[in-house]
Amino acid sequence: MNPSYASYNDFKNQLLAAFKTNEERMNGESKTPFHQLRRAALNQFDLLGFPTIRHEEWKYSNVSGLFKEAFVLDSTPVLTAQDLVSLEIPNLDGNILYFVNGRYQPELSHIVSPADQVQITNFAEAVKNNPELISSHFANYADYQENAFTALNTALANDGVVVHVPDNVTVEQPIILRFITDSREQNVASQPRNLVVVGKNAEVMMAESFRTLGDRASFVNVVTEIALAREARMQYYKVQDESQKAYHIGTTQVYQADNSHFYSATVTLNGNFIRNNLNIVLNGQYAEAFMYGLYMPNGRQHIDNHTLVDHAMPNSYSSELYKGILDDNSTGVFNGKIFVRPDAQKTNAYQSCKNVVLSSGASMNTKPQLEIFADDVKCSHGTTTGQLNDEALFYMRSRGIPKDEARSLLLYAFSQDVLSQIKIQPIREYLERVVTEKLGQ
Amino acid sequence: MLSISNLQAFIGEKQILKGLDLEVNAGEVHAIMGPNGAGKSTLASVLAGREDYEVTGGSVLFDGKDLLEMAPEERAAEGIFLAFQYPVEIPGVSTTNFLKTAMNEIRKYRGQDPLDAVQFLKLMKEKMKLVNIDQSLLSRSLNEGFSGGEKKRNEIFQMAMLEPKLAILDETDSGLDIDALRIVADGVNKLRSPERATIVVTHYQRLLDYIVPDYVHVLYQGRIVKSGPKELALELEEKGYDWIKAEAL
Repeated sequence: MNPSYASYNDFKNQLLAAFKTNEERMNGESKTPFHQLRRAALNQFDLLGFPTIRHEEWKYSNVSGLFKEAFVLDSTPVLTAQDLVSLEIPNLDGNILYFVNGRYQPELSHIVSPADQVQITNFAEAVKNNPELISSHFANYADYQENAFTALNTALANDGVVVHVPDNVTVEQPIILRFITDSREQNVASQPRNLVVVGKNAEVMMAESFRTLGDRASFVNVVTEIALAREARMQYYKVQDESQKAYHIGTTQVYQADNSHFYSATVTLNGNFIRNNLNIVLNGQYAEAFMYGLYMPNGRQHIDNHTLVDHAMPNSYSSELYKGILDDNSTGVFNGKIFVRPDAQKTNAYQSCKNVVLSSGASMNTKPQLEIFADDVKCSHGTTTGQLNDEALFYMRSRGIPKDEARSLLLYAFSQDVLSQIKIQPIREYLERVVTEKLGQ
Repeated sequence: MLSISNLQAFIGEKQILKGLDLEVNAGEVHAIMGPNGAGKSTLASVLAGREDYEVTGGSVLFDGKDLLEMAPEERAAEGIFLAFQYPVEIPGVSTTNFLKTAMNEIRKYRGQDPLDAVQFLKLMKEKMKLVNIDQSLLSRSLNEGFSGGEKKRNEIFQMAMLEPKLAILDETDSGLDIDALRIVADGVNKLRSPERATIVVTHYQRLLDYIVPDYVHVLYQGRIVKSGPKELALELEEKGYDWIKAEAL
């Protein structure tokens, strides 16, 4: 048996054992339907195991690096406001919730929206105090039958946020989730789980920001489920700026009813190995989804974005633009699947992925997949991967702009198509700053 | 101001310029004419510093400095401006932002303080009148979706903003209708001054009705084979280039 295989089993057994330990602490609660569901998810994880590159969905993303690190699964370091200074996003206002190594930190967090506008609780508390909401939504959207990481999260997640927006309410302040991994002392794994339920004709903005402290390895396996009722509207941003030893695997699963609108931007700036799944089911007429993405790997970073839009009902609309800037020996993956079901006539679906590769050592794999079973639809897709336009560089230099400056200006402009979509201004400004810094390197 | 001697340049394996000589003094307008493939655009590109060309011999002095040693941005800062035959579309960067960056980089090179927003806008308003260009065009992405005429007008607008010592117009007349041509030529003429010089590269005499040159040079097979006063352009228009080719042999 080769060593990597042994460590694969070690890690898997460690995760299975963690579930058992949790279960033994539960007393009577292990009989609840909620726990039975988690047990089913665990069994599914056991059955599926971690995916290898022989798995079609993981062909270009090899997770085996995960097994070379030994992770602590349940660590709860205490952070002070002082520890967070370096991670601050300037001028950020609203409901700001901190999670450290996956655990909610009430003393660092601020919930400012009144409870009649929105109920924001941590996952553990919602399981105890709002079992109806949990039982009618938890694991209802994110499929754990096929995806081992979602199964693992469904079984082991013990914290995260649960947001419930009642009908006809516009939540004025955004909800910002700050997931901080403190890997200063040890290798840390966490499994955050979020659930967002937006009522009829209600509106909310939410951002998930992932950061790390320290240089040890980290592994975040996050799942966010979002259910939008009729005419609900949501802005959703996922922002990743993690360490050079960070593994991040995440699934955002969205379920949309009639006339609902979902706008998302996924911005990945740093991390060692990142896999984002964004899956949207347009299960209502005139439902609309907009997906933007920006990824900028350098060094040996690997960033993989998988998106899936399932047009299940007629007259729905989706539009997608992902952009990548790849440098050094980094690798990128974009896989965009559009599924149009037989009933989903008059579907409009547009997909575009554009990449700039700055070095001969960097590479990008793009794969659009359109599966169309209705006949009256408009769908288009396009991917481009190229170098920075030399003609544009020369044009700018001929006007007096130095080469590095011209290069940064062109790349910054390239990123703006995505960043300009972000409506939470302090987050957009923060990203613009980090993008500028990274382009200047 | 500009002194080119025995200039030789290759693109790939092919020699385009084969020993070109040219002297341009402040206050002068020189027209470079010649048949297709003579090397006209190559000359313009080599002077601006396009890296696709390899200079293998000769020298180019600009105000006594070795131009060939300079990066394109240094040449711009020294006062050279190339109006492109095919201006490049730059998505996401507005003309305003582009020009502000360019001007302040040039000012930095010259040891001057950057222009603040108020000074810049004032200058822009002044120069916009010169080429009859609309504000809305300038806040759009540079050249993106511009018509041929708008692109060329934008080139002349940039030239007016940057106030170069030596302007090189590369086939600025190509793709322009007569009204656009007149506006562009008008802009160029307003910028003429005793301190500045202009090189007009063109295939047709038409542009020279509006921008009247002091000297006309015929470029053929990589060298200047004939020079004369502005009347030479008319002669070329009438007789074509064949007699020059015959003379050159």
